Amino acid sequence: MSKVFSQNFFEWFGLPLAFRVDTQMLSNAYREIQGQVHPDRHAQSGEAGKRVAMQFSTRANEAFDTLRNPLRRAIYLLELRGVDIGAESNTAMEPAFLFEQMEWREAVEDALTAKNVDELDRLLARLRADARLRYNKLGALIDTNADQAAVEAVRQLMFLEKVQSEIGDSLAALENA
Amino acid sequence: MALLQIFEPGLATAPHAHRLAVGIDLGTTNSLVAAVRSGVAAVLPDHQGRPLLPSVVRYDAHGVNAVGHAAAAQALSDPKNTIASVKRYMGRGLADIRAQGGAQAPYDFVDAPGMLKLVTRAGEKSPVEVSADILRALKVRAIESLGGELSGAVITVPAYFDDAQRQATKDAAQLAGLEVLRLINEPTAAAIAYGLENAAEGVYAIYDLGGGTFDISILRLSRGVFEVMATGGDSALGGDDFDAALAQWAVHEAHLSGLSLRDQRMLLIEARAAKERLSDADTSFYSLPMHDGRTLGLHVTRKLFEALTEPLLKKTLVVTRKALRDAGLSAVDVKGTVLVGGATRMPQVRQAVAKQFGCAPLTDLNPDEVVALGAAMQANLLAGNHSEGDDWLLLDVIPLSLGLETMGGLAERVIPRNSTIPCARAQEFTTFKDGQTAMAIHVVQGERDLVADCRSLARFELRGMPPMVAGAARIRVSFQVDADGLLSVSAEEKTSGVKAQVVVKPSYGLGDDEIARMLRESFERAGDDIKVRALAEQRVEAEQMQAALAAAFAADGALLSDAERAVLDALIAQLRETAQGSDHIRIKAAVEALNRSSEEFAARRMDRSIKVALTGRMVDSIGV
Repeated sequence: MSKVFSQNFFEWFGLPLAFRVDTQMLSNAYREIQGQVHPDRHAQSGEAGKRVAMQFSTRANEAFDTLRNPLRRAIYLLELRGVDIGAESNTAMEPAFLFEQMEWREAVEDALTAKNVDELDRLLARLRADARLRYNKLGALIDTNADQAAVEAVRQLMFLEKVQSEIGDSLAALENA
Repeated sequence: MALLQIFEPGLATAPHAHRLAVGIDLGTTNSLVAAVRSGVAAVLPDHQGRPLLPSVVRYDAHGVNAVGHAAAAQALSDPKNTIASVKRYMGRGLADIRAQGGAQAPYDFVDAPGMLKLVTRAGEKSPVEVSADILRALKVRAIESLGGELSGAVITVPAYFDDAQRQATKDAAQLAGLEVLRLINEPTAAAIAYGLENAAEGVYAIYDLGGGTFDISILRLSRGVFEVMATGGDSALGGDDFDAALAQWAVHEAHLSGLSLRDQRMLLIEARAAKERLSDADTSFYSLPMHDGRTLGLHVTRKLFEALTEPLLKKTLVVTRKALRDAGLSAVDVKGTVLVGGATRMPQVRQAVAKQFGCAPLTDLNPDEVVALGAAMQANLLAGNHSEGDDWLLLDVIPLSLGLETMGGLAERVIPRNSTIPCARAQEFTTFKDGQTAMAIHVVQGERDLVADCRSLARFELRGMPPMVAGAARIRVSFQVDADGLLSVSAEEKTSGVKAQVVVKPSYGLGDDEIARMLRESFERAGDDIKVRALAEQRVEAEQMQAALAAAFAADGALLSDAERAVLDALIAQLRETAQGSDHIRIKAAVEALNRSSEEFAARRMDRSIKVALTGRMVDSIGV
């Protein structure tokens, strides 16, 4: 399998190696590939064909998930360049960003204590808008090979994504109560 | 079975006979079987023209006494031996059933590791065996009405079924002698039937409230692709619970106590009848003659019924909103909602769904039949009865996150919920103590942080690691979820070069040998010789493999070097020779050897087909 799987996800999907992706091209390529390799296309194959179909289809899903999610795509691109994100070892952050994060978290906690679903929704929308701006900047950094600045931006976005998913969990918890 | 079918542009595929394949909706209350005939999917009725088979099996001292309507008719006189709603017990232990409040059912349960059993006059029955008896009845019905042996079946499961419940369903099908082409999710099957029927495009929500389960799936339908974006549900919430709420109210209202098993069952049957009448009328009379001569007579208004069941309905709406959030959508993005399951006939359900999505739900398909019809269409596709261009692609997801237990009883998520299947993910772990040579691996499913709040799927041990200082070992645990949504896990220590590896398929009370034993017994009952059958099957397999490889060599022989080709040719010759003999185990081994060795060839062919497809797309887009 090694030979066939040696292409990176961008090459495999016939996309240029860049942060900015044409989402239409991405999803067309994904559909085209799944159309060939999905296990449902090989339900009448022998064991070898079924196994290979599952491996290919699994990899196509992994590739698609990586390429369509901007954070995962950025990390993947940096990894292909040999740049380590060091998410666990390197936790130093810009003080201004940390301060901003504390404010976000406080606002979320206040809304949660007050069981204010509307406020949580608003916070989530603002966070998403903020993240969108940051992704645009990140894209410019990656595509101009400013790798170290890109790593910093990635780590900040990992933080933001985490806060967003925590708000999502809180919203679900409030609704279930 | 052909080795690999990859369609070549401009190369017609070999014509083959139409294969008989069915779709089966194995429901809590009722089950159905459907098939595509002359291009049209239809439910296959019984001799009396009844499409539904009540999911009820009655046992006597000799085994199965009756299945379906005949069994249901005995439920009152023989409650302990007449098993209904067995789907609620699939992949479940006694503690789970107690937690759901389902232990009030009139059966004698026995707790067994992994899955409970039911005591009947025919002995202890696993829910898998009871389900297999229902499936067998549907299989007989299908063979009779289609006039031939089935090549395979697509079986539907609730989208929210976990790994244990899915595996139990697949085991039941295997036990019933059905070749499972695929397990598919009930709402997804409904989406296929609805989407193909109406050439629908856009985002749809499928709200499926069955007898015992609730599912919500959000799908994007676009150019022949059914892509599930998110799914959610409750595998222990359904129409039965609405009946129970009404029955409970009646018990309270009429100050009933000391009810016999028969009275309890009767109460639920009458509750269901009253509920069904309330779908068309504003009031209903709930009447019940009891064992001890008393009679219960109560008026129920729709308003009262709605108030009694409001908490149940609210539960489904909370789950619905969560699924929308998971899909990253809001209600306005949803183009239409499709209602599935008999319980969606209740007016309050329709109104609530309409309010949630801001549009009237689509109800032009029979909510009892739509799942079986979709499954039949998928079965027909998987059996290979479609030509290229006339097909579609299903991209489904896992409903619940899969993970591992780490220090402190915490669950570490490895594959998040709503990941498109098939999928795989690996994660590395390390040792806690110096000199540790074994590691306990505990696989769990669920969304909660504590292992104790998740479902335990499997426990196994990785042994034989060389002793190292704490934290030095690198144990890579790999999860693979296949297209049926079933999980297998393997673990490997990477630094030592000594590969300690183990692969597990979680199993739930029924080991492979137990299933093999049950299969053998069922063959013996049918007067069938399992060895003769196995030999015939292996010979066919060997024949088909040789034919498929010959075709593959003709099309893509250039992908192999002479040496590689020689290896395969030798294995083919060996298989041919083995197949002359009468040892089915040796033939099977030869088939497997050839399968393993031809994997790389299969992979290269698949890789080539991708390149051809992607190139074709680019040529297309330039042409436009």
